[in-house]
Amino acid sequence: MSIRMRAKEQGGLVTVKALVKHPMETGQRKDKNGNKIPEHFIQQITAKANGEVIMEAQWSPAVSKNPYLAFQYDGKKGDTIEIAMIDNEGKTFDGKGKVK
Amino acid sequence: MKRREFLRKVGFAGVIAAAVSAGLSLPKRAWAAWNQQAFRSKTTSEALNQVHGSESMIDSDKIFMKAPDIAENGAVVPITIQADLPNVESISLLVDENPNPLAAHYQVGKGLRPYVSTRIKMGKTSAVHAVVKADGHLMKATKEIKVTIGGCGG
Repeated sequence: MSIRMRAKEQGGLVTVKALVKHPMETGQRKDKNGNKIPEHFIQQITAKANGEVIMEAQWSPAVSKNPYLAFQYDGKKGDTIEIAMIDNEGKTFDGKGKVK
Repeated sequence: MKRREFLRKVGFAGVIAAAVSAGLSLPKRAWAAWNQQAFRSKTTSEALNQVHGSESMIDSDKIFMKAPDIAENGAVVPITIQADLPNVESISLLVDENPNPLAAHYQVGKGLRPYVSTRIKMGKTSAVHAVVKADGHLMKATKEIKVTIGGCGG
């Protein structure tokens, strides 16, 4: 699981686009032997710019596999963006990037 | 491990243990509780009541939802929500016909513009709601999205 992100500033508006590698299993699918595949999905996301929380999100298994997330905030070139996530198995992962 | 580092780690663990035993959350990265009741709700109105304590809201032409009219693949339905409203506090995305309608909930922090984009799964054709809380009021925009192949089955 990993987070790839890109952040670009234009006219004081920063657009952050992130792609996450995650199966986002709904718990409703079955494998080929008919056994239920247990749910496995990202539950919470925190996004920070220069250490300050700009967005907190909660997700359900209805978010697609390998999730895409985009958001915008008032910022500038050089800002540090940190995105942290935790899934229902308690695994955390994060990504960090600079605004271009 | 160096002695100083060891002491620092033990010291920090001690603080955490004290905080946990005192019933406080961890200081480092405190995750709020995932809203289990809301996300496990079986209907849109139940989910809205769990998240916002209310399901009454008005339609707003200041909320824009960019989504396909027809989703050929229900496993990946791109949805962008934008609100042209001041003091937006949160944005929720709900799909009436999904087993659990609440798909995502975004809490707006400092400097965030009311704009979020995600891709979601839809089991079948459904009304999709973008619910925005701004200035303490609940408002929504709704769009019917047709699904040709569902995205939840095996």
